[in-house]
Amino acid sequence: MTVAMLGPEVSWYLGVAAFLFATGALGVLLRRSPLIVLLSLEIMLNGANLALIAFSRHQGRGDGQIFAISVMAVAASEVVVGLGLIVAMSRRRMALDVDRLNVLRG
Amino acid sequence: MGNFLVWVVWVFAAFACLGSGIAVVSFSNPFYSALALIGNLGSLAVLYLLLAAEFVAAAQVLVYAGAVMVMFLFVIAYLGGEADAPWAGGPTWQSFAAVFAAGALLVEIIVVIGLKAGGRLSHEASIPDNFGSPAAIGTLFLTDHLLAFEVTSIVLLVAAVGGVVLGAHARRGAEWGSAAREEVP
Repeated sequence: MTVAMLGPEVSWYLGVAAFLFATGALGVLLRRSPLIVLLSLEIMLNGANLALIAFSRHQGRGDGQIFAISVMAVAASEVVVGLGLIVAMSRRRMALDVDRLNVLRG
Repeated sequence: MGNFLVWVVWVFAAFACLGSGIAVVSFSNPFYSALALIGNLGSLAVLYLLLAAEFVAAAQVLVYAGAVMVMFLFVIAYLGGEADAPWAGGPTWQSFAAVFAAGALLVEIIVVIGLKAGGRLSHEASIPDNFGSPAAIGTLFLTDHLLAFEVTSIVLLVAAVGGVVLGAHARRGAEWGSAAREEVP
């Protein structure tokens, strides 16, 4: 038994995905708090995920969903390392401002 | 009737998704931003359900809205969430350039998708009944994409080790925190 697609076409989902990605990019470029930069990165990753899943539905193959799950795992890892860095920075009483953190040496 | 209902759900989910995405970027308090991101992830899960990706939607709610966002909220609570308005400080040309770059990115993505795939996006393939079910995803993961599965586990292990190492360094570094403060301009 097969299922036809109800509701909007895939291109509508792709529009939402593009808008999400642009919103996340705006947050990464605009905000200076590293916490909100990480949150905006999550939005960008989710925009890419939505596009992957929309194309997966369009092609009728599950590979895009596999890719999306892998992206989720990578995002979780990125959050672990990013939050660890932010906590380490705050424990050393560095300014939590991505414009002022311009030295790699800890 | 079913078609209309799906459209209504899609419109609600899509606007909730876009609105909460903008809210994440524009709230000055990181705590509110994180709460808005939870709403964003929830409405994205609804869109995934409409695209017949049931397992990914469930994983999204469990992993993202559950685990990752709780970790975010803990860290924000720990740091005391300094307010940081999106337009405060910094030269204004930087902000304008950021908005311009993001707008250019949006236009580029839409133009490229429209040029490359515009005509072929209208007719979706019909899918089997179990498309996107845990069984289908598991079969794909353990047959065609076994390497991706194993690499994912290694990535997660490396991230866990990295988190522990960073935490240990932070504890040692806290003692000479006042010395580090002078090094950062």
